[in-house]
Amino acid sequence: MAGLGLLASPLLHAQDKTIVMASTTSTDQSGLFGHLLPAFKAATGIEVRVVALGTGQALDTARRGDADIVFVHDQAAEEKFIAEGFGLKRLPVMYNDFVVIGPKTDPAGVRGIDVNAALTKIASAGAPFVSRGDKSGTHATELRYWKAAGIDLGAAKPKGYQECGCGMGPALNIASSSNAYVLADRGTWLNFKNRGDLAVLVDGDRRLFNQYGVMLVSPAKHPHVKVALAQQFADWVVSSAGQASIAAYKIGGEQLFFPNVGQ
Amino acid sequence: MNTVTDSLTLALGLIARADAQLLAIVGLSLRVSVTACAIGALCGLALGAWLAVASFPGHRAAVWLLNTLLALPSVVVGLLVYLLLSRSGPLGTLGILFTPTAMVVAQSILVVPLIAALSRRLVLDGLADGGDQLRSMGAGPFTSALLLLVHARLGVLTVLLTAFGRAVAEVGAVMIVGGNIDGVTRVMTTAIALETSKGDLPLALALGLLLLAVVGLINLLVTALQGSGGGATAREALA
Amino acid sequence: MKRDEPVLAGPAPRLLTLKNAGVRFGEVQALEGVDLTLRRGDRLALVGANGAGKTTLLRLLHGLVAGRGRTAHAVDGRPLVAAMLFQRPFLLHLSVRMNVLLALWLRRVPKTERAARCARALERVGLGALAERPARALSGGQQQRLALARAWALQPDILFLDEPTASLDPSARREVENLIEQLADDGVTLVFSTHNLGQAKRLASRVAYLEAGRMLTDLPCDLFFDTRQPPSAAAAFLKGELPWT
Repeated sequence: MAGLGLLASPLLHAQDKTIVMASTTSTDQSGLFGHLLPAFKAATGIEVRVVALGTGQALDTARRGDADIVFVHDQAAEEKFIAEGFGLKRLPVMYNDFVVIGPKTDPAGVRGIDVNAALTKIASAGAPFVSRGDKSGTHATELRYWKAAGIDLGAAKPKGYQECGCGMGPALNIASSSNAYVLADRGTWLNFKNRGDLAVLVDGDRRLFNQYGVMLVSPAKHPHVKVALAQQFADWVVSSAGQASIAAYKIGGEQLFFPNVGQ
Repeated sequence: MNTVTDSLTLALGLIARADAQLLAIVGLSLRVSVTACAIGALCGLALGAWLAVASFPGHRAAVWLLNTLLALPSVVVGLLVYLLLSRSGPLGTLGILFTPTAMVVAQSILVVPLIAALSRRLVLDGLADGGDQLRSMGAGPFTSALLLLVHARLGVLTVLLTAFGRAVAEVGAVMIVGGNIDGVTRVMTTAIALETSKGDLPLALALGLLLLAVVGLINLLVTALQGSGGGATAREALA
Repeated sequence: MKRDEPVLAGPAPRLLTLKNAGVRFGEVQALEGVDLTLRRGDRLALVGANGAGKTTLLRLLHGLVAGRGRTAHAVDGRPLVAAMLFQRPFLLHLSVRMNVLLALWLRRVPKTERAARCARALERVGLGALAERPARALSGGQQQRLALARAWALQPDILFLDEPTASLDPSARREVENLIEQLADDGVTLVFSTHNLGQAKRLASRVAYLEAGRMLTDLPCDLFFDTRQPPSAAAAFLKGELPWT
């Protein structure tokens, strides 16, 4: 009988106020949603169900109409999404930062320098470097940094460059067990427990800032999306209440995300 | 080894605290997999019985296909069901993607070939023993097949337990069609995958131990139930 | 279960007729050119070496195997009811009672009659006290008696038996033979195969000898075993089986 209840439950839930949000694993694993969404539910009674994927997968899920709202951090991909007609306006919400992580012994000698110089040194030293390689926002950012440093990955990958096609956590696991360098978002790093000999070597460079945006999925393409409820989330997260909630989220006393609506 | 001993302690601690969120996750795992096995049993036993006695052009191909589907990776089933249930897919209007219902659908598809292939074998073995005599008693082919499943009900139970094991332990299908949504579609295996990807290996292992403990409890229950009715089997063996 | 039999002036009614009957399994001709008329009240024993075709003939008569030349006749306007016993009965992992009820259910005996017929049949074969035991826990002789009960409950016109006592020890054999005889006394027509010529002598009214798929002899029982007769086709077989003739 419980089984039948299970099968009937989506029909019952149609009455509840819920929306599906496609977001990224790094955002989810930072723990932000556990802090932010209950506050939103308390304010509006709407339950947000987060499906956490890589940025590429998250946007594809929204393209298929399986999500009502998208919350990712890859401006180029987001603007493409809107240009294709799948999304309504993009609203910047907050930023966090990336850090370059590597073994404490730092064989490539990148501690404290800027990200371009760091990548150049890692490439020339042939030091092991783990890339997510999964079409995620982090992966796209990583590729832009290599490009900005003048290294053409398409032509020749640096010795030691390995792609895992995986999320941030697994990539950190690999880096930890093989003492490799890796580009990560600070949130996942702060929550990561399997650090081994890894430490943050490069941070604070303005180029490492990672911008988040929220987009509603367009009802023109997918008439069934819950636009009204999703709009309430977008309105709330850019309001002073939402922005304050974002700023209040800390790991180990450190603020992770910096609200920047209107910038 | 530290990780393993840490996880043992963690696992015991989790059980002792009976954390509400954890209980919800365990409960959902069981509800999804038990329902999937129930549906799988209805379809799979009928299919296996039918394939054991039916004869039609392409019968051998059907059996070959069934045996091949035993190796269907759970993640492939997940993908196929996702494409079916996606809003852009043929059954999108049902709106059941990212709900436990979708997970039940995916796991049912996963266990049906297993139950069908193994029950077909049980029926064939039974037919070798007594198919003739059942026929002489007036039983049609499909009736004989079903009677033989009743006859081999202990074997059928083992098949169902195997199917349950496959369902409750899989992560590929439920991850894709459920989305591992906190509080809604997070089950034990997706929780383990999540903790692993967050690098919290002791917790991941502890949850794994917990999963095994829960399944172990279920097996104990089943053996106990059998024991009361299965005393007959023991007496038979001794006679 | 005595039937009121009208006193007939002529021969008993025919139940089954085989005319030039044959059975082929792929390349092998298991049975060929068999002519046989089975009448009500017959107690026909089939004898012959292994592989002669006794089992195939029984199965053809019962309708279990496809062949040509078989005709079944209606009895009192209704179709023939036949049951078959095998050397080792197949019993389901169920109770003694359930096995009999199952047979009644398979033959679509009306629901209201099943329990009564089952109880009577089990009493008749002396298994009434064991009705709730698992059928598989019974001894060999008890299992064959259960098979008899299973057949008896159907009130068959014909009972086919394929070496019914071959696997039983002598006392079980005697029990089963007695029950078979009682069944025949009740009016059930018997066709049975056996290696035990003593059994044939005890139970049969008629004996047929098969060799290599053909029925070579079909005689009343006393004639078949009468050594003063000129040697029949079965003589060599009999000599082999009964060295004192």
